[in-house]
Order: sequence, then C-alpha cells, then structure tokens
Amino acid sequence: MITFQNVSKIYNNNSHSQIALEDVSFHIEPKEFVSLVGKSGAGKSTVIKLLIGEERPTKGRVIFSSYDVNKLKRRELPRLRRRIGVIFQDFRLLSNKTAFENIAFALEVAGRSQPDIEEFVPRALEMVGLKEKINNFPKELSGGEKQRVAIARAMINNPDLIVADEPTGNLDPLNTAEIIRLLLKINELGTTVILATHNKEIINKIDKRVISLDDGRVIRDEEKGKYILV
Amino acid sequence: MFTTLLRIIKYGLQGFWRNGWLSTTTLLVMLLTLLAFIGLTLFNVLTDTALAALQDKIDISVYFKTAASEDDILNAKNALESLPEVKKIEYISRDKALEIFKSRHQNDPTIAQALEELTTNPLNASLNVKARDPKEYAAIADYLEKEPLKVLIEKVTYAQNAVIIERLDKIIKTGERAGLILTIILTLAAILVTFNTIRLAIYSNRDEIGIMRLVGASNRFTRGPYIIEGIIYGLSAGIISILAAMPAVYFVSPYINVFIPEINLWNYFVSSIVKLLGYQFFFGIGLGIVSSWIAVRRYLHI
Repeated sequence: MITFQNVSKIYNNNSHSQIALEDVSFHIEPKEFVSLVGKSGAGKSTVIKLLIGEERPTKGRVIFSSYDVNKLKRRELPRLRRRIGVIFQDFRLLSNKTAFENIAFALEVAGRSQPDIEEFVPRALEMVGLKEKINNFPKELSGGEKQRVAIARAMINNPDLIVADEPTGNLDPLNTAEIIRLLLKINELGTTVILATHNKEIINKIDKRVISLDDGRVIRDEEKGKYILV
Repeated sequence: MFTTLLRIIKYGLQGFWRNGWLSTTTLLVMLLTLLAFIGLTLFNVLTDTALAALQDKIDISVYFKTAASEDDILNAKNALESLPEVKKIEYISRDKALEIFKSRHQNDPTIAQALEELTTNPLNASLNVKARDPKEYAAIADYLEKEPLKVLIEKVTYAQNAVIIERLDKIIKTGERAGLILTIILTLAAILVTFNTIRLAIYSNRDEIGIMRLVGASNRFTRGPYIIEGIIYGLSAGIISILAAMPAVYFVSPYINVFIPEINLWNYFVSSIVKLLGYQFFFGIGLGIVSSWIAVRRYLHI
C-alpha cells in the first residue's frame, strides 16, 4: 500500500545543504499500525511530508496505493489528501470555524452532500467523545479536545491511511493515552495508521511494528518493536 | 459544482463576519480608496466643465463694414464654415446688434436718447467665430486678413485678444494635464494601499490556507472564500462611499456653483448616481478580486 523506494531528501539552504533522509526504503501493508520513531530531526516529519505530497523527494519514489506521489501535479494533490487523514502535533484546526465546521470542511472539500455532512459529523464527534462541544470554537477547547476534533476530521472521509505526526507532543499523559487509544481503535476498524513519535512509553505499550530512524536513515524495522535508543 | 459555489460563498461571508475586526479595517481602507476615487471622478467632471466653459468663452468677432451687404456676409460665413478649424459661427446682423445694444442699455436714458437722435443704425454686422481648439484662432484670423474677405471687414478682434487666448489655452491644457496626473497618482496610491491591506489580511490567514490544502481542499475551494471576501469589500465599500459622498456633494454644490455656474454638482451626482455606483463597484470589486487572488497565490504552494 505504501512504498518508499530508496528515498533521499536534501534541503538546500543558501550555501549548505542538509540531508533529511538518505536512501530510505520500507513497505507498509494495508491495515498495519506502524510507529515511526527517532529523535527530533531524525526524519520522521520528512517521511510524512513526502507521503502527503507537501515535499518532493530529491531521489527515489514514494508510492501510495495507485499514486506515484512525487509525480502528482499540484492540482492533483487534493485527491490524494482526501484519502489520507493527517493529525499534527499543533492540531491545525481552522481557528474561526467550530468543531462541527472543522470536520464538515473535510467533507465539503470532497464534495459530499449536506445531508451526509449532517449525519456523519455528529457521529464522528460522538466517537471521539466530544458531542457536547459540537459548536465550540478551537479556542474554547483544551489541547486534548482539539486533538480529538483533529482525529475526527482525519477519519471523516473514511481514509485508507491515517498519519499522525507527534499527535501527543502537546498533551498530558491522560490525554496522550486517550489519543493513542483512539488511533488503535481506528486501526482495528481497518484503517492503516502511521504514528510518528519520540515518546518511548507509548511505543513500548503499543507492541506493534516500529521503524526507527536516525540521522535520516532507517536503522531498525521490527515487527513487534520497542523504542531502543541508539 | 453548484454546491461548491454555495459553500465558497458561505465561507466567504463567514470569514468576513467572524474576522470582524480585520474585515472592518480592511473595509475602511477600501472605503477610503473608493472615496478618493469618487472624489477624483467628481473633480474631473468639475475641471472638465470649468475648462470647457472657459474654452467656450473664447471666440473672435469679425465686424463687417456697414457697406457690406448681407449676401456678402453670409457668403463669408459659408466660406468660414467650410474651414475644418471652425466649430461654430453665429451671425449677428446690424439690426440684431442694435437690438442687443438697446436691451443692454435700456436703463441708461442718455444712451437711449442718443440712439433716438440717430437716423441710421451705426452698428456693424458681425460673425462670432468659435474654433475647435483655441490654437486655431490664429489660422482663422489669418484667413480673414486675406483677399477676398479683407475688403469687407472692418476689424477682427483676434489681434487684441491674441495674448489672452493664448494664455487661456495654456491654462486649459495645463489644467487638463494636472488633473490627469493627479488622478493617476492618487489612484495608484489608493490601489497600492488597498492591495497591501488585503495582502496583510490574507497573510494573517496563511496558516489556515495551509490547513485547507492539507485537508484536501482544491486551490479553487481554498481561494474562493477570499475572493468572495474581496467582492464583499468592494460591494459594501462601493455602497457606503456613495452614501457618504451624498451629503458632502449636497453641501458643497452651492459653493461650487458660485465658481462654476455651468454645473450643478448635486444635480449631476443625482442624475449619474447609477453610473457612479457602477464605477465604484467595478473599481472596488475588481481591486478586491485581484488583490485577494494575488495574495492567496503565495500560500497555495503546500
């Protein structure tokens, strides 16, 4: 379903170039739950940016489903992104839209009908336990609540893949556990999940496949992995 | 397609409403621009009218000898009319001249008495010649100085008025040019200020634009609401500018009338209100759309 083939990404800043990824290859099957671990700057976010077409690889190929991601034109990206739900550390909710509208937005951009929206959005909010906050704006929500809205938004289009980039980075342990529980539940329901994190405790508890990155290289890829510091 | 359009309009209105403070300041800047624009439009109408009135006041008179017959004069009139430089000729016969003279001095008993004592009409028949361009009076005067007209003519007023005509011509040309330059500079300044304000408003929304792209919104869907906001700025600023200009024009109109009797600014304003509103909409909405379009473009690269 997802294949990285000898992918390298080099950022050129003025005079010096920085290697973010070097010759990275891996394959992820449908319905897998994969954790992407490593220190800050190891290349986790770059992998995600390449996957959703925010950046293009310097070398190699990124394949998602039937898409050759780095060959997509900019106007073809929205179609790809509607099949991937993305969750960020900083939530990235639209600040002047309510919880309902933030989630509805993802359906609207995909051209779904109004009755669909009226039906699916409350259901998604119920699933993340925020039904009573349906009309609240992001500034009226706590960090954990914001992240749950973001999760509801990410799964609303029934994506093939959910990508979470440090989703618990700004949350306390209780909310962290809740977010991870939701991600595992989504995975159980049949959606592939990629979780990028440097939270050791989470990884060791999940007991699923772990790809470890260091300095832009894959140093370990284990079926039931642990977070091991190098 | 239609649903998408409705959603874009909904988000445009929502963005305008929910970013109240930002929208208000942007709208105010757009309003100032449109007020400057309508001010310049009216100013140009005024100067055009004033300069046209001034130009209309310039003419030369050709006085014919009393011996010249009416046929001769009418022939001369026809000949002059065939000149490309001539715009209009008015023939004032000796009788008409006397009539005008009498009515002008009807309250002066001395003149009335003097006229009664005369047995013949002492006044000359004349042609008032208006040229298309003040510059051309010299050529017309030249033509009159030549045979065969010369023998019929007593005098041409060009010689004594030449300096004044030339000076007025300069004033008119300078006035027109100054008006044009002023309009261009002020319009450019207003456009740049509005453009920058809209750019800043959208700059503060750059993260939102990025989020929309990441959630899978197409460029059209992302840009649409900002274009709608630009249209709202133009529409509302257009209406408010006309409403704000109305009392101002009503108030200054009588004062302007003193300087330029040829125009009633208030009447002009009222009779052209649809046209003026059209200009404001065209200019405001156009500026709103173009500014938003360019400003959003930068942040669509995600």
